[in-house]
Amino acid sequence: MDQPIDFKHKQSAHCENGVVSNLLGFYGIQLSEPMVFGIGSGLFFSHMPFLKVGGIPVTSFRPLPGIIFKRISRRLGISFERKKFRNPAKAMEALDKNLALGIPTGMLVGVYHLSYFPDPYRFHFNAHNLVVVGKKEGNYIISDPVMNGMEQLTYDELLKVRYAKGTFAPNGHMYWVKQIPAEFDLKQAIIKGIKHTCKDMLTIPIPMFGVKGIRFLSRKVRSYPSRLGARKAASYTGQIVRAQEEIGTGGAGFRFMYGAFLQEAAVVLNKPVLRDLSIELSGIGDLWREFAVITGRIVKNRNSADESYDHAANLLLVIADKEEAFFKKLKAAVS
Amino acid sequence: MKTTEVPQDDANMLQGKFREPVYSLDENGNYTTVPSLGWEPKNEVMKEAWDQVHTKTELARQQVLSGLKSPLAYYIEKEIMDIGLLAKYTGMWRWTVKRHLNPKTFSRLSRPTLEKYAKVFNLSVEELIDINRLKSEK
Repeated sequence: MDQPIDFKHKQSAHCENGVVSNLLGFYGIQLSEPMVFGIGSGLFFSHMPFLKVGGIPVTSFRPLPGIIFKRISRRLGISFERKKFRNPAKAMEALDKNLALGIPTGMLVGVYHLSYFPDPYRFHFNAHNLVVVGKKEGNYIISDPVMNGMEQLTYDELLKVRYAKGTFAPNGHMYWVKQIPAEFDLKQAIIKGIKHTCKDMLTIPIPMFGVKGIRFLSRKVRSYPSRLGARKAASYTGQIVRAQEEIGTGGAGFRFMYGAFLQEAAVVLNKPVLRDLSIELSGIGDLWREFAVITGRIVKNRNSADESYDHAANLLLVIADKEEAFFKKLKAAVS
Repeated sequence: MKTTEVPQDDANMLQGKFREPVYSLDENGNYTTVPSLGWEPKNEVMKEAWDQVHTKTELARQQVLSGLKSPLAYYIEKEIMDIGLLAKYTGMWRWTVKRHLNPKTFSRLSRPTLEKYAKVFNLSVEELIDINRLKSEK
């Protein structure tokens, strides 16, 4: 059992896509990261002022962790086996058993105690995905999609990250591919993925989600300096940019990655219009980057009164309008 | 964004451990990834977030040293935790942990309870209760 499974590790921007892409690759299905992301409808926007992490409202450019996973397996007809364990020792035993059978095993872990991760990024975030592909001299060989190459963790280190506590506590959650369909309809899966994203961005009747959510956030940002004071307003606005440019977004809150998906989809579906839309989305992504630049300046001068909040809020309104028009066109293109 | 515009503003945020793939358009309008070392606005907001952590930790350190709170208060901030998270790691109730932030209550804790806390913070019990250690910390 000491020989590692022959697993091709490919670095990707985002962990959830990366794990799915690498796992499917092992079973002979080659799908790129953007493809996984698009079929799994990974693009989203939400701003939830009442949900706070570290005292700061959560803004997110993606759906809840695990959703991409669920959607892509449903759309391609792949079935996964999933298990959680109350007893940490049992969780490690089950992993060893899987590895002995030559099954690359994905799992959810907390980032905070992940020893190979760069320190500035080590917060208590518990929905990181990686694949364990074997054991070497008692250590586990880890394919972490965020890293360039394979990493290693000791038994204790792996146990600790599998039992991180807090929001989304993984509880030793692990998963592996149970069944791969002989064939699947890639075109249909792509269309379903796109339609779902358009629906999420345009029609959820709650003002915190999709395009409406961006307008909602714009109103909030405008009121931050007068409502919260300079320091706190800077933290709140900075948090938006942290979510937007976090490791794994591929830039501009996944907008660039989604563009890459549309470009691939244009070829598969033979719809050149999707290629035009992919270029348009890159332009919208640039606006998000501009928003980050303004915010970066606000945060840098955080202790002085600043006029830029209005500017940032206006830009968000422009982005909201552009995204609304964009997703309407996209919806029309696939229906 | 064009591939030629992908920023490489290194602020040692990734500590040389990897580069982040950024999706961008090449000269033919095709999407591709370019490994990036970092980006100025992002570095700025990351620094600000860590600044907050350090400010809170320093405040807690002062409170512990002046006898207002137990050492737990300092280590909670240092490990970017809160009472709820520490309660989950130790398997105690929130209100129990909250009580233990009081230096008087803390000084009467049993050895096994102290061990639970020490384990979470990766310290020995002696290190955990030794306030003098905090004098040199910054």
